[in-house]
Amino acid sequence: MPVSSADPVAISASTLTHLQRLEAESIHIMREVVANAENPVMLYSVGKDSACMLHLAKKAFYPAPPPFPLLHVDTTWKFKEMYKLRQKAADDAGMKLIVHQNPDALAQGINPFDHGSMHTDMWKTEGLKQALTKYNFDVAFGGARRDEEKSRAKERIFSFRSANHRWDPKQQRPELWKLYNTRKAKGESIRAFPLSNWTELDIWQYIHLENIEIVPLYFAAPRPVVEWNGMLIMVDDERFPLAPGQVPEMKSVRFRTLGCYPLSGAVESKATTLPEVIQEMLLTTTSERQGRAIDHDQAASMEKKKQEGYF
Amino acid sequence: MTVATNPAYITETLIAEDIDAYLVKHQHKTMLRFITCGSVDDGKSTLIGRLLYDSKMIFEDQLATLENDSKMHGTQGQGIDFALLVDGLAAEREQGITIDVAYRFFATDKRKFIVADTPGHEQYTRNMVTGASTADLAVILIDARQGVLTQTRRHSYLVNLLGIKNIVLAVNKMDLVGYSAERFYEIVSEYSHFAKQIGMKSFLPIPISGLAGDNIVTRSENTAWYQGPTLLGHLEDAPITVARMQDAPFRMAVQWVNRPNLDFRGFAGLIGSGSIAPGDAIRILPSGKTTTVKSIVTYGGNLDRAVAGQSVTLTFNDEVDCSRGDVITTADAPCEVADQFEATLVWMGEAEMLPGRPYLLKMGTQTLTATVTEPKYEVNVNTLEHLTSDTLKLNAIGVVNISTDRAIPFDSYANNPDLGGFILIDRATNATIAAGMVHFALRRSQNIHWQALDVDRTAHAAIKNQQPKVVWFTGLSGSGKSTIANIVEKKLHAMGKHTFLLDGDNVRHGLNRDLGFTDADRVENIRRVGEVARLMTDAGLIVLTAFISPFQAERRLVRDMMDAGEFMEVYVDTPLEVAESRDVKGLYKKARAGNLKNFTGIDSPYEAPEAPELTVNTTALTAEEAAELVIAAILAS
Repeated sequence: MPVSSADPVAISASTLTHLQRLEAESIHIMREVVANAENPVMLYSVGKDSACMLHLAKKAFYPAPPPFPLLHVDTTWKFKEMYKLRQKAADDAGMKLIVHQNPDALAQGINPFDHGSMHTDMWKTEGLKQALTKYNFDVAFGGARRDEEKSRAKERIFSFRSANHRWDPKQQRPELWKLYNTRKAKGESIRAFPLSNWTELDIWQYIHLENIEIVPLYFAAPRPVVEWNGMLIMVDDERFPLAPGQVPEMKSVRFRTLGCYPLSGAVESKATTLPEVIQEMLLTTTSERQGRAIDHDQAASMEKKKQEGYF
Repeated sequence: MTVATNPAYITETLIAEDIDAYLVKHQHKTMLRFITCGSVDDGKSTLIGRLLYDSKMIFEDQLATLENDSKMHGTQGQGIDFALLVDGLAAEREQGITIDVAYRFFATDKRKFIVADTPGHEQYTRNMVTGASTADLAVILIDARQGVLTQTRRHSYLVNLLGIKNIVLAVNKMDLVGYSAERFYEIVSEYSHFAKQIGMKSFLPIPISGLAGDNIVTRSENTAWYQGPTLLGHLEDAPITVARMQDAPFRMAVQWVNRPNLDFRGFAGLIGSGSIAPGDAIRILPSGKTTTVKSIVTYGGNLDRAVAGQSVTLTFNDEVDCSRGDVITTADAPCEVADQFEATLVWMGEAEMLPGRPYLLKMGTQTLTATVTEPKYEVNVNTLEHLTSDTLKLNAIGVVNISTDRAIPFDSYANNPDLGGFILIDRATNATIAAGMVHFALRRSQNIHWQALDVDRTAHAAIKNQQPKVVWFTGLSGSGKSTIANIVEKKLHAMGKHTFLLDGDNVRHGLNRDLGFTDADRVENIRRVGEVARLMTDAGLIVLTAFISPFQAERRLVRDMMDAGEFMEVYVDTPLEVAESRDVKGLYKKARAGNLKNFTGIDSPYEAPEAPELTVNTTALTAEEAAELVIAAILAS
């Protein structure tokens, strides 16, 4: 029997690039959701992945606006610049923006300084569950990627959650070809991840190519920072509990991931353009999630969070 | 290799010195998806870990975690255990086994890669088939010390079944056989023999060591006798399926109709094969209507041409009907339309396949009801033998006939996986229970046409001056179904109505005497009763049926056979204790003693109706009173 040899394929004009194919796949997933869901919503965190996902949604349904609202599960502790972009992004896309803040967390004044992991649990995990239940959303788009963390590598594109929003890695459905089984029982909901197969580099390249607007915090600028919990934290407002006599230092920094400002570590950088940011990212030697305080403790901590309903 | 010619070094220099040039270069990468398969100890995870490591997809912090983990859970002593990089979920890490499909990513200057990492365990055929369904290429790992194993055969059969054309035979752990050329060619020859048996057209054998890195990225000096490409070199050059599909006839399954206003009607979908340009003549299936493409609409502007793999929105020059589930094809080479097929099924459900039970079938963008026949044969994937079987269990593979409730557009899987691959979904649990690949349409589905009848069902009913109806009694054995149905029939007869009562006695002894009481036989029993009842309603009769009919799915199947309003489900609601205490035929006693298997309520389930037209509670009503209720309901409707 003949044994084939490697046969190089000439790249013809019609050979699609990896970004074109990822884009086509994400659009396909979004359209499948809209064709099958009763009341879908897109989770929007104002970060770069959200920006990318929102841009893809505009493409998927053009010339119509995306036929679902954006939902921001707010903690009141995001960067000021994030709040500034939030409404503008929704308006530009012609979409309704829903902001949900967990009323219990608000009443108890839950904050990242005094409450540790409870901050994430109550504002984000509980807040998300409350919002999905309150508005009766049956499918929520999320910007999670499989390359972010080991337990996410096995996450399906359509991920089913029980009525109390729990994730059971043993009960996920096989996904074959492009055939997504979107049927669900009463009370169940779906998280759909159209960016599953994108990597961090893909996201940055796409933002660059498509000229997608992102929060300026991703670019280096002189910002007031202090060292806190081993990270460089930007003092974004007067709520930051500076020690007596402590004065923030102005440093040229940027952020690789954005969340609550007291939990987002800055990196010292001179990168003021997208190509420079990508350059730094490619030459750097620490992975993306390290800038986030929530999952430093154990390798499997993200998985535990997910089973409890954190996105 | 000197530092200056090392590809990784050149890339890093380019990134550092001219990021814009790097970005331009990397915008033109293509994407290849592949699957790795091998037995438990073939070194699969180590190989993937090595590819990630060598292509610099591992960061320092991950490396630190890895070094820690290697000491705690690793199998490589003080060395780095690459396998720990890719074994994900906590429970799996403790067991040291990958038990699900995981997707990994890495990239070189030429390509982005998505790797489906699937387990080697026999019971996880499901995961392998899932991973293979989206792969352009398969890497089959063999431990050079072990040679071709049963598992190797199984994996090869599956990737070939899923239509993967590009197969790499990675003979791993060459370091442990002294890089012996003789051993390598011995394995290649053995595999070649097997590949021919399963109809695999070609494969590329590469001697490697995942642990030591031989022939992964750079050619190894240890295998000077090997002249072929390295594994990564081959992955960078191998053809991509979606590019090949561009040469096939145009097909696009419609996902969503875009109607933002009265002036725009666009049909959104992902092009499965071929290419399309404005002005092209197209045909919409199953309707067969033709029109031409007016424009290819995208957010970035209208396109002159679009190809397989792109998500687009098409507008037409004529107002023709087209909706989700339809397939747009080129007008001169449309796909086929049929409602009966032969197909291979890979069973993925925990519950075994039930021939005759209505399942949901999703193919392209349409979802419809379908039933499967008993397998023509089951394939023993270890020996390739064809076995007779009356069902398919989890991870079994077999060939069946499928019949759908309406005609659908399709291609054979071999020609176009997008329109020939399907999944089956359980209506009750919503689980994905099978993957299927269409071979061809059955002749009879194209050649049997309904004979137009001069005396039709309306005429039959009119002469009897009544509305035909099926009154379907369901309930436990001993609940009183037959008793009530008998009284109902007597009374209707007395009113001059034309009726017929179907029950276990007059059906089980004749029409269905070949059937027993397994789940599969119960399904077939009810299907036949349903078909007979339908013929009788065509004849204008009021049909009463008295069967336990324990499964919701089959009762729904019968309901779906009838015209709207003709099916009336009567739930004879009697608690198990009451039915058992009556035990008219002494069956409960036998079942409790273990002398009667599969008895409903004892060792076989009864699924009560969720929304019956009528429920009669026999603990509160006499049989006579219940019958009066039923008659009132029949006459009222």
